[in-house]
Amino acid sequence: MEHETLGQIFIITMLSSNLVLAMFLGLCPFLGVSGKLETAVPMGIATSFVMLVASLCSYALNVLLTHFDLEFLRLIAYIAVIASAVQLVEMVMKKFSPALFRALGIFLPLITTNCAVLGIALFQTARGYDFTQSVAFSLGGGVGFSLALILMAGVRERLNLSNLPSVMHGTALSLMLAGLLSLAFMGFGGIGVAR
Amino acid sequence: MSRSVIQASNMEQLLEGIWEQNPLFVMALGMCPALAVTVSAFNALGMGLATTFVLICSCTLISMLRHFIPKEVRIATYIVIIATFVTLVDYIIQAVSLALYEALGAFIQLIVVNCIILGRVESHAAKNPPLSALVNALGMGIGFTIGLFALGSVREILGAGKLFGISLFGEHFQPWVVMVLPPGGFFVLGLWLLFFAWLAKRKEQRPLIHAGDEAIMALRATTEKGARHGA
Repeated sequence: MEHETLGQIFIITMLSSNLVLAMFLGLCPFLGVSGKLETAVPMGIATSFVMLVASLCSYALNVLLTHFDLEFLRLIAYIAVIASAVQLVEMVMKKFSPALFRALGIFLPLITTNCAVLGIALFQTARGYDFTQSVAFSLGGGVGFSLALILMAGVRERLNLSNLPSVMHGTALSLMLAGLLSLAFMGFGGIGVAR
Repeated sequence: MSRSVIQASNMEQLLEGIWEQNPLFVMALGMCPALAVTVSAFNALGMGLATTFVLICSCTLISMLRHFIPKEVRIATYIVIIATFVTLVDYIIQAVSLALYEALGAFIQLIVVNCIILGRVESHAAKNPPLSALVNALGMGIGFTIGLFALGSVREILGAGKLFGISLFGEHFQPWVVMVLPPGGFFVLGLWLLFFAWLAKRKEQRPLIHAGDEAIMALRATTEKGARHGA
């Protein structure tokens, strides 16, 4: 992985191997919160922030755990770190924007069990990224997640106005849409060095 | 309650997880691993069994400990317990089949954030005795495994023309490659969900057709009564 520059990591994580549309991480909030644009944007920002914090903390934790030969505790330690980061975001949001806090509802604490966040932490460990690479990776992941969420919300808002058979409504249709978006994102595969 | 009644209710609970409340197709939970690892039937089966193991162990243990876990820190406790079993599974798969371990990659560790497990624990195991929790978890686990297998086999047959690595259609088959790529996962799962939604809708409508005549009779009776009352 040494030949990957920081820019490459950022772009690849954001577009061609987008967390949601190519790696299937974080589908629950992707399908759950993408109904409206006004909740999709803050959700994307909150998740990106948690990702960045989780990535930094888990990098430090990994160094510590490897030093003490405690790799088997890695998963539990990561989860604990992510849960605390989510708690932090929740408190900040409750203080500064109570309306938004209510709008996001159950999905805010559920960032803890968002596979995208844990996925970022686990993949950066598995690929052996150094500190700056980890930051680029988590930033790219966050921006990519927000991008997918916002695109999906835009499409679904338009779709509410169209005439569809009632069986199609709900998750099935969202998944089909996600498939089409995913096809579109595959087009970015030509950028940079695909893994 | 006689013994046979208890067994019957257990059986019902088991079947509910497999069919009526199928975690993947009806409740639409745990989709991340479902899409990511189901490029082949073998991977899907491995992932399903691993998830079932974690589900059964953590549900049973948490059900045994349900009177000792304080309410305020229950989620954190659950997650630590689940993470422990996931770590266990991670090492077991690494020891048993290195090929499967490499194919599933980080997704084994990501079982810990599978919504099915936390959902089952919170809504069932934390309120019921161990036997009931075990049966419920087993049903859900089997249901999830069947779901993954249905997804994985369709994608493998269409995308590679194989099932369990055995070629099905001969040499001239042109594989539909997009099915094993990410978009194919979304499409196949979407179609399965559509199928189940259609089944549910049909089931809803069927008794209505038979009940239709009675409903009309009842309606007519009430309107007549109302008319008479008004007069």
